[in-house]
Amino acid sequence: MSIADAVNIRDRAAERQAAAAQEAAATGAAADGPAWSNMKAPDARSQQSATVAITNGRRALTVFLTNPNALFGAGFLAFVILVALAAPILYPEDPLSMVARPFLWPGQDPAYPLGTDGLGRDVLAGILHGARISLFVGLFATVLGLTFGVLVGATAGYFGGWVDDVLVRLIEIFQTLPSFVLLVVLVAIAQPSATTVTLAIAIISWPTVARLTRAEFRAIREKDFVVAARSLGYGHGRIIFHEILPNALPPIIVTSSVMVATAILMESALSFMGLGDPNVVSWGSMIGTGRELVRTAWYLTALPGLAIVFTVLALNLIGDGLNDALNPRFSQDR
Amino acid sequence: MAALLRTVRTLRRTLLHAIPTLLGIIVLNFFLLQLAPGDAADVMAGEAGSATTESVAALRSRFGLDNPVLVQLGDYLNNLAHFSLGFSPRYGMPVAELIGQRLPGTLTLMVSALAIAILLGIVLGALMAAFAGRIPDRLLSIVSLLFYSIPSFWIGLMLIVLFSVKLGWLPSGGAGTIGSRLTGLPALLDTARYMVLPATSLALFYVAIYARLTRASMLEVKNQDFVRTAYAKGLTPFRVTSRHILRNALIPITTMAGMHVGGMLGGAVVVETVYSWPGLGRLAFEAVMARDFTVLLGILLLSSLLVIAANAAVDLLHAWVDPRIGAR
Repeated sequence: MSIADAVNIRDRAAERQAAAAQEAAATGAAADGPAWSNMKAPDARSQQSATVAITNGRRALTVFLTNPNALFGAGFLAFVILVALAAPILYPEDPLSMVARPFLWPGQDPAYPLGTDGLGRDVLAGILHGARISLFVGLFATVLGLTFGVLVGATAGYFGGWVDDVLVRLIEIFQTLPSFVLLVVLVAIAQPSATTVTLAIAIISWPTVARLTRAEFRAIREKDFVVAARSLGYGHGRIIFHEILPNALPPIIVTSSVMVATAILMESALSFMGLGDPNVVSWGSMIGTGRELVRTAWYLTALPGLAIVFTVLALNLIGDGLNDALNPRFSQDR
Repeated sequence: MAALLRTVRTLRRTLLHAIPTLLGIIVLNFFLLQLAPGDAADVMAGEAGSATTESVAALRSRFGLDNPVLVQLGDYLNNLAHFSLGFSPRYGMPVAELIGQRLPGTLTLMVSALAIAILLGIVLGALMAAFAGRIPDRLLSIVSLLFYSIPSFWIGLMLIVLFSVKLGWLPSGGAGTIGSRLTGLPALLDTARYMVLPATSLALFYVAIYARLTRASMLEVKNQDFVRTAYAKGLTPFRVTSRHILRNALIPITTMAGMHVGGMLGGAVVVETVYSWPGLGRLAFEAVMARDFTVLLGILLLSSLLVIAANAAVDLLHAWVDPRIGAR
């Protein structure tokens, strides 16, 4: 969905933040004296060794654990995961099979607490099983997108030069193509299934991560400890993965939770349009079938939609909490 | 004069930058669609029901689908150089014409959604920044996060349930009253009635983004020296907020708005499906279903052009307004 490039907002924020951090570093020398908060006269050398705030893990954890919104998000997500795992035990039967009289409204029959749809399929069973596909697609698309994005971004940011130029061009091409249109095309070409949907979402979401990682790597590679590692004769691989990557992780972690949310939204939009896996029940496809009956039985559309909204909201709350915890500069604003 | 020079320099740089990107997109799209199983001839033959191998081959050679891939790519590039997007075998008309029919619908939808999103977002964001850290801020933060989490097709359907099924205030789909011969203002009002719901569903997600962005950048600007000066001059808080803080906080918002054109186009695909709005998004979806790759290529190319144009417009706006930017 359009949402893909909304992740950009974090990306941009991180870039601005990196720039601000650079400024802060530049004025850092003067910080011991009178606090000229807006002094902007960086000299060449201090600008080169840009500082990026090194995050303190334990402090971040404390901040995250004292944030009620983030805790609520984490709790709800844990609940959804539990439900997804328990679905085959609670409802061992195929959620696509017809079990009762059609159009039972929620609460009408205690055996089917959320009612049945136009074909007499249990709505609750559908929602529970739908959690599986949503989480599966969300998690795996994010893992794939993150891996590829980090690899590309790290290569571009670390090596610079023509490698950087080529990769940036590639990222730009993918960011110019309207992502959801591209997603629809990809899935239609590859024939919809859970795997192809996951792959397609990964393909349209990696550029965001790549941009972010590249920006981080460019800021960090000039720092003293990297220069030290290089002078010790460490190889490129070791410097990238053991020296720079751990320090570039905080913004990537924040982005990843938003990416899962975005992937879930995109999967639901795809299956709403009939481009999801036809053999698996998903929240989006439930809304898609409920849509035909929205005038008479609107609960068929409303209930799976609420499941999407709350799951995505939980992930976004976690993302916000992580952002507050890992970006001390931002949390001061709040 | 200096502003004009800056703008021209920015325009040249932006254009030079866009050309390779555009070429990359064309080639990438072309090869991507070559991977697809089945082509337009297969679909048409399937729909005709009585196709023979010979008639399918005839269809293929008529539309040049049986040429080698590189020849097809060459043909396509050649056509583009003549400003032709090709001919759609499925719809039986030139792609450019087909897109031309649908483009105004999508553009009006996108522009009104963007307007709603920016206006509402700035108001919400300004409120949040004014009450930063207090109850209204926290409540609005959660509301905006909620907007951010709602799928546009679902809120679209829910709005239909509320406003057209239950209340009967607004139409549930289409782009205008069928058979009406309204002109002038009544026609505009009629279209507006049909546009409220789709534009709102498309806008909600972006309202959240702009609200959060406005809040963050207003808080950032608030601590600058010129704001202190403005207060010291004795200006009222409202005037300081509206004339000094908000104005400077708007730059990141325009940047994001330019970037969102592509995203909105994607969102329009879904929203147009929900409201049967006759636009580019629905055309894209129908083209995918019909395996009509010429149309799809045209739409992807055109929407990428739209994104590039929007970003260039934002760049130009910045270069014109902000002297610091042209200096790079």
